[in-house]
Amino acid sequence: MTNRNLAPIDESAPMFRARGLTKVYRMGEVEVHALRGVDLDLYAGEFVVLLGASGSGKSTLLNILGGLDAPTSGEVESGGHVLSGADEEALTRFRREAVGFVFQFYNLIPSLTARENVALVTEIAQAPMRPDEALALVGLGDRLDHFPAQLSGGEQQRVAIARAIAKRPAVLLCDEPTGALDSTTGVRVLQALERINAETGALTVVITHNAVIAQMADRVIRLSDGHIVGIERNAARVPATELAW
Amino acid sequence: MRALHHKLWRDLAQLRGQVLAIALVMVGGIGMMVMALTNYDALSTTRALYYGEYRFAEVFAQTKRAPLALLEAVRAVPGVREAEARVVAAVNLEVAGYDEPVTGQLVSLPGPGDPGLNRLFMRVGRLPVADDEVVIGEAFAEAHRLAPGSRLTAVINGRRQALTVSGIGLSPEFIYQIRPGDLVPDFARFGVLWMARESLARAFDLDGAFNDLALTLTRDAREEDVIDALDALLAPYGGVGAHGRELQLSHRFLDEELAGLRVMTRMFTVIFLGVSAFLLNVVIGRLVSAQREQIAVLKAFGYSRWDVSVHYGQLVLSMVSVGIVPGLALGAWMGQGLARLYMTFYRFPFLEWSLPPWVFAAACGFALGAAALGTVGGLARVFRLSPAEAMRPEAPPVFRRTLTEWLGFGALVDPAARMILRNLERRPLRSLLSVVGIGLGVGILVMARFQAGAIDYMMGVQFGFAQRDDLMVSFTEPASARAAQELAALPGVLAVEPFRNAAVELRHGHREYRTALQGLPAEGGLRRVLDRELVPIAPPREGLLLTDYLAELLAVRPGDVLEVAFLEGHRRTVAVPVVGVVSEYVGVGAYAERGYVNRLLGEGEALSGAWLAIEPEARSALLRLLRERPRVGAVTDRLAMMESFSETLAQNVLTFTLISTLMATSIAIGVVYNTARITLAERGRELASLRVLGYTRNEVRALLMGELATLSVAALLPGFALGVGMAALLVHGFQSDLYRIPLVFTPGGFALAGLVVLAATVVSALLVRRRLDGLDLVAVLKTKE
Repeated sequence: MTNRNLAPIDESAPMFRARGLTKVYRMGEVEVHALRGVDLDLYAGEFVVLLGASGSGKSTLLNILGGLDAPTSGEVESGGHVLSGADEEALTRFRREAVGFVFQFYNLIPSLTARENVALVTEIAQAPMRPDEALALVGLGDRLDHFPAQLSGGEQQRVAIARAIAKRPAVLLCDEPTGALDSTTGVRVLQALERINAETGALTVVITHNAVIAQMADRVIRLSDGHIVGIERNAARVPATELAW
Repeated sequence: MRALHHKLWRDLAQLRGQVLAIALVMVGGIGMMVMALTNYDALSTTRALYYGEYRFAEVFAQTKRAPLALLEAVRAVPGVREAEARVVAAVNLEVAGYDEPVTGQLVSLPGPGDPGLNRLFMRVGRLPVADDEVVIGEAFAEAHRLAPGSRLTAVINGRRQALTVSGIGLSPEFIYQIRPGDLVPDFARFGVLWMARESLARAFDLDGAFNDLALTLTRDAREEDVIDALDALLAPYGGVGAHGRELQLSHRFLDEELAGLRVMTRMFTVIFLGVSAFLLNVVIGRLVSAQREQIAVLKAFGYSRWDVSVHYGQLVLSMVSVGIVPGLALGAWMGQGLARLYMTFYRFPFLEWSLPPWVFAAACGFALGAAALGTVGGLARVFRLSPAEAMRPEAPPVFRRTLTEWLGFGALVDPAARMILRNLERRPLRSLLSVVGIGLGVGILVMARFQAGAIDYMMGVQFGFAQRDDLMVSFTEPASARAAQELAALPGVLAVEPFRNAAVELRHGHREYRTALQGLPAEGGLRRVLDRELVPIAPPREGLLLTDYLAELLAVRPGDVLEVAFLEGHRRTVAVPVVGVVSEYVGVGAYAERGYVNRLLGEGEALSGAWLAIEPEARSALLRLLRERPRVGAVTDRLAMMESFSETLAQNVLTFTLISTLMATSIAIGVVYNTARITLAERGRELASLRVLGYTRNEVRALLMGELATLSVAALLPGFALGVGMAALLVHGFQSDLYRIPLVFTPGGFALAGLVVLAATVVSALLVRRRLDGLDLVAVLKTKE
C-alpha cells in the first residue's frame, strides 16, 4: 500500500518550519509548561506520527502548527507565512485555506447531521469536495443524514475526517484520532487517513501515545516533557490494515 | 440553508424550554409596555384632537354674578383671544325610578354670538330648542337609560322644573365627569346637563349676567398675566379666581392618569428588561460554556471570530424575537381592554386606540435591549475564546469554604445542605441576580396587593374615622342657625353638625393655593380631622389646620403665618397662624373652628351646610323631604359614596391584581425554571455520580430542589423590600393634591406574594423533575468532561 512516489518528500522546502517553540499557559491555578524549545521541519505529502505520553506537549505543538494557538516564544512558518505572531484574521485565513483538523473526541456539532457537519467546512472553503463525496471517501456514503448521536464512535471519527479533508487541505492535523476507539475501529479510521494521505498528498500529522501507530508513518517524532527526544524515519511504512493493538 | 443555520434552529429547539421561559418574561414585559404605551398614545392623542376640534377653553373663571357687559372688558384683556360668558349651576335632579339623591351640573350652551368654546359632540338627538330641553352627558344617560324624549326633574333655585332630554352629548370639558371633591366618578349620582343660555339664566335669575367664563388665549399670551387681569376684573362680582387647564378637574384627572401610565411604563419596562437580560445572560453564558468545543471547532476550521460571534448573535436574536409578536399580541389585547376600561371613565366621542408602527419598533427595541444587556458578555466570550484553549477542558471550578462555614455554622448543616450552599456561593453574582429576579416577582405582587390594601385603608380612614356623617347637606346660600335647627327637626335626624365653608386663596411667600377653608363645629363628631396616628384633632379656637400635603406645598410649618384671601363675602385678606397639620389622603384642605372662620369673614353666624346623622330606616323619606327644601342645594350620601367607590375600584383593583399576578408569576417561573435547567445542565454529571454512588432519586432531587427553594426563600425578604420600594415609588409618582395613597401594607399582601412565588418555584421544580429523574447514569459517566 505504501507508495512513496505519490508523496515525494521535498527535503529542500519544508511545509512547516518551527524553531525554538515554547508554550506556557495557565490552567486554573496551575502554570503548565507545555513546550520547552522545539525545532521541527515537516514536509509536504509526508505522513508524520507525533508520539508521546499524555502531557508531553504534542497537542500543544499540533495546535500551534494548525494556527489554533500561538507559541509563548519561538517561530513557526508555513509556506512562507509566519504563523507565530500572526493576527487572528491571518490565522483564521490560514486554517480556512490550508488546515484540516481531526480531534480525539471527534468534536462534531451534535445538532448537525453527518452531511451538515461536513458542509460546515465546505461552505467556507475555496475548492472543496461535495460533502457526500468526502463522506464516501471515508466509507460513509450511506450515513449522510445521521446525527452524531446515531453513529458509532468510529463512524463519528470518520465523519470528522471527512469534514477535515473535504476542503482539500494541504495539511491534515489529527489529535489522537483513535484515542477513543477500540482497535478494530481505530484501524478503520487509520486506513481512511492513509488513503487520504496517499490520494490527496496532504501532509498528515497524527498525534498518538500508541506506539503501534508509529509504524505506518514516514517519520516518527517523539516528544517528552515539552522536548523533541527523537526523530526516526521508518524504512518502510506498515499498512494500517496490518496494525493491531 | 447553510449548515450553521441548521445548527441555529436545532440549538433553538434544544433550548426550547428555556427559550419559552425567557419568552414568557419578555412577553410580559412587552405586553405591559405596549399596553401602557398605546394607551398613553391613545389618550393623549385623542385628547389633543378632541380639545382642538371641540375647542376646549384654556382659562376658566367663576364669579357669583357679573353683568354681560363686563364681557367686553374681558375680551379687551391682553392675551385673550375669545371669551364666552356662561351660566353654570349645581342642581338636584330627580330621575323617575331612582330614589337616591342625584346632583347635576347645568351648563349653558353658547349662544349665536358666542365663539363656541367647549362645544358639544352630539351622540344622538339635537341641541335644546325649548326652554325645558336639555342635553345630558352620555355616562349619565347610560346610567339611567335615558334617551331623547326622556324626562327628568331638576330642583332649580328651590323650584322643581320638569326637563326633557333633547339629546345626548359629550364635552371636552367633562371627559372625566366627576363631582368636585369625589375621587371616582359616580355616573348615576352625578350628571352634567347642557341648556340654552337664555333658559338657564332665567331659571337662575341671571338674566343679562353670567357666573362662569371660558377663554382661549392668543399664541403669545402669558396665562398668569391673563389670570391676574381676570381676577382683578371679576373680584367685584364675586370672582373666586381664574385658573388654567391644569386646575380644570377633568383635565387634571386625565393628566394624572397619563402621568401614572408613564410611571407604570417606566417601572415595568425596567423590571422586565432587567429580568429578561439576566435570564438571557445565564442561558447564553451556559450555552457558551457547553459549546466551547463547538466554538473551537468552528474556529479551527477557519470560521472567523466574527462568523462565530454572529452565529451566536443570531441565536440570541432568534431567542428574543420569539417574544416580540406574542408580546405585541398580549399588549394589544390588554391595551384594548384598558382602553375599553378607560372609555367607561373617560368619555371621548371616540378613543382612537391603535397599534402604531413605532410600538412595534419599541417592542423590537425592548427585545434588542434585553439581548444587548444580557448577552454582550457571553458573545464577547465567544469572540475571544481561543480555539486551542477551548479544546482543553475548562479548569475545574474553584470551591472554597463558604461564608456560612467560615462563620462557624458549617457543623450545623448536613453535607447535602453544604453542597447546596457551596454551589450558590460559588457563583455569588448569579445567585444574587436570581434572588433579585425572583425578588422582583415577589415585589410586583407586593405592590399589586399594596394597591388594594392601601385603598381599603384609605376608605377605612376616610369613611371610618374622618367622615362619619350619613348625609351632607349644602345650602344654596350661607344660612343662619335656624336652618340647622330646621334640619334637626326633620324626622329621623339624630344629630346635626353645621359647618361653614369659604373659598380662599392661601399665600405664603411666593406660593399660593386655592382651596376651601372649612369651618368645623368646635365639638363635632361627624366630620373629624385626624393627625398622623389617626387621632382626631379638635379645631383650634384660633388659627388653621392644614392638610400635611398642603403644608408642604405652601412650605409652612405650625407656627408660621399664612395670608388668607377670602374669595367671597367681603373678600378680606387676613393673616392667620397655622397651628397644626392634619393627615388626609383625599384632597387638601384648610380647617378652622366655624366661629373663627365666620369672624375672619366678618360675617355673623353663617352656615354653609350641615352634616347629619340619621336613622337608617328614615333615609328615603328624609331624602325626599330634603329635596323639597328650597335652601338645600346638594345632599351627599356617605353610604352611596362608599358604595360607588368600592364598586369602581373593585373592578380596577381586580384587573390590576390579575395582571400583576400573571406578570409576577411569569417572572418567577422564568427565573426559577431557568435556574433549575442551568443547574441541571451544569451539575447533571455530579448528580448522576451521586446516584451511582448510591444516593436515592429523592436524595438527588432534594439537592436540586433544595437549591431552588433556597433561592426562592432567600428572595422573599429582598422581594418584600423591593415591593415596598416599588410601592413607595408608585405612591410618590401618583401623589398630588387630588389624593395621596398611603404607604400601608397588610401581612396578607406579603403572604400572598410569598405563596405565589413559592408555588411558581414548585411548578418549575416539577417541570425539571422529569429531566432529573431521567438522568442516564451510564451515559453521563461515559462522556468526557
